[in-house]
Amino acid sequence: MTTTTVYDEMIEARRPPDLRSGVAGWLRKNLFNGPVNSVITIITAGLMAWALWPLLQWAVLQADWIGQTREDCSGEGACWVFISARFETIVYGFYPEAARWRVDIIFAMLAALIAWLAIPRLPAKRWVGLFALVGFPVVAYFLLVGGHFGLMYVPTREWGGLMLTLTIATVGIVGSLPLGVILALGRRSKMPLVKSVCVVFIEFWRGVPLITVLFMASVMLPLFVPTEVDFDKLLRALVGIMFFWSAYMAEVVRGGLQAIDKGQNEAGQALGLSYWQRMGLIILPQALKLVIPGIVNTFIALFKDTSLVLIIGLFDLLAIVRAGLTDPNWLGFATEGYVFAALVFWVFCFSMSRYSQYIERKLHTGHRR
Amino acid sequence: MTTPAASASNGPMIEIQRLNKWYGDFHVLRDIDLTVARGERIVICGPSGSGKSTLIRCVNHLEEHQQGEIVVNGIAMTQDVKRIEQIRRHVGMVFQHFNLFPHLSVLENCCLSQVWVQKKPRAEAEATAMEYLERVQIANQAYKYPGQLSGGQQQRVAIARALCMRPDVMLFDEPTSALDPEMIKEVLDVMVELAHEGMTMLCVTHEMGFAKTVADRVIFMDQGQIIEEAPPESFFNNPRSERTQLFLSQILGH
Repeated sequence: MTTTTVYDEMIEARRPPDLRSGVAGWLRKNLFNGPVNSVITIITAGLMAWALWPLLQWAVLQADWIGQTREDCSGEGACWVFISARFETIVYGFYPEAARWRVDIIFAMLAALIAWLAIPRLPAKRWVGLFALVGFPVVAYFLLVGGHFGLMYVPTREWGGLMLTLTIATVGIVGSLPLGVILALGRRSKMPLVKSVCVVFIEFWRGVPLITVLFMASVMLPLFVPTEVDFDKLLRALVGIMFFWSAYMAEVVRGGLQAIDKGQNEAGQALGLSYWQRMGLIILPQALKLVIPGIVNTFIALFKDTSLVLIIGLFDLLAIVRAGLTDPNWLGFATEGYVFAALVFWVFCFSMSRYSQYIERKLHTGHRR
Repeated sequence: MTTPAASASNGPMIEIQRLNKWYGDFHVLRDIDLTVARGERIVICGPSGSGKSTLIRCVNHLEEHQQGEIVVNGIAMTQDVKRIEQIRRHVGMVFQHFNLFPHLSVLENCCLSQVWVQKKPRAEAEATAMEYLERVQIANQAYKYPGQLSGGQQQRVAIARALCMRPDVMLFDEPTSALDPEMIKEVLDVMVELAHEGMTMLCVTHEMGFAKTVADRVIFMDQGQIIEEAPPESFFNNPRSERTQLFLSQILGH
């Protein structure tokens, strides 16, 4: 037996469900879901506007953007002419103008390599990575230092600004990670000699302030080595920075190594894999992935601390901006200078942070249940 | 699945003589003598802490012993890393907690050691891997990651991974102890099949049904010693020592 239902009138259409996606949906769900929340949202928005409006006026609306000299500053808001007039110096430091194209090439290569390695779709990662680690430093050295192939020699004391900051940060980052991994593995080694060398190295470099390291590198080291051996000051600072941060990196990586179940190593052993194969293929890929936040944290700290080289007389981005403040033609523009320097540092550090979050999501293989 | 590869040696597969091991002051293995013939299936049982896992982990040197001799497939165990790796290449092992590599897919788990230890071309390694995944009936999951599989599936992958190295002997360290009851059978089925195909097997397990079905010999260990070893029939029906009787009554009694 079947029953049949017959409707002789239209059923009224129901309301569509609340908008859940898009800007309007997000606003409704998070900011205006109920009278109390709506009031709070409006009050907070008012407070923010009250606090941020003057900043916006100063930095954008009333700011002076175009000009060459101090006379172009109206004095009502920020005068970004200060930055634009000195922009070349901020980027290249005292690098000779005739040779700045060499820095541009290195900037372009660095950007291209980072982009190539960072964008997953692009092929031949292994070869590009190999070039970035082996070929690029050689090219960068010969182009930036010069003195060969008819290129003008540019001593490192003429380097400065953003190019110096990026040089120090890149060398520091690229050098400290592998060194830190080796130190972390060494600290967990069963061989007493290897282990104690690594422990002493880590504890020494981690125990001294970076400023001390830089002073030692620039002032003390020349006292101990014969005068005819002349290490470049920048080189000494680079080595100091690399060692200093590799000690931090080692402890971050060791945290990751300790989090890996020992069954992973045993499974690798049982399959006949050698120590380096087990580390390189099984343990490190998992351990490094676990500590990406810690690694990037160290990278960001390293990037910001490059500005400490100013105490040994190297003019990084911040130091160049500061130097500009003492220019008699441009007295009184400290705020613009520091805000700009802060913004540049923030852009680089924030990019690293975002990229690390993206990489973490991408490497997630669903085994964390 | 594979017939044990013909080896340079025609002697026993594993020969253990007067093996002693200590953890600090704790004497975990006492004067163990054990000879495993080619194609022989041995089940080792005993209460927890009796040293049964430690014993089979000594066979591929996951544990170091202090006294005694271990000869695997004609190769005497020493401290030499190269020699240890040579032995491990011919000894497959399956762990209680599977120990699959979570950052690699099932297929890559099976290919890793073929490519890096046996230096096989990738295509050949993948073909071998698929062949064994097929045999443990999990080939359709080859591109998934271990974290996406059930415990039983993971353990079958672990067995396939070990078999991909075409080992002469397989060690099983409580392979079903970490599994939910409904998954134990699928793993045991694979192990029974493997036994019927002539693989030399050394299994630490509490699955007495499995022992009755496939074991040539059952070994009972307690406090680091081999208390009793006998074919399953006499082991289960007429255990000689009191401790064995007590143990059997405890695990079969309910």
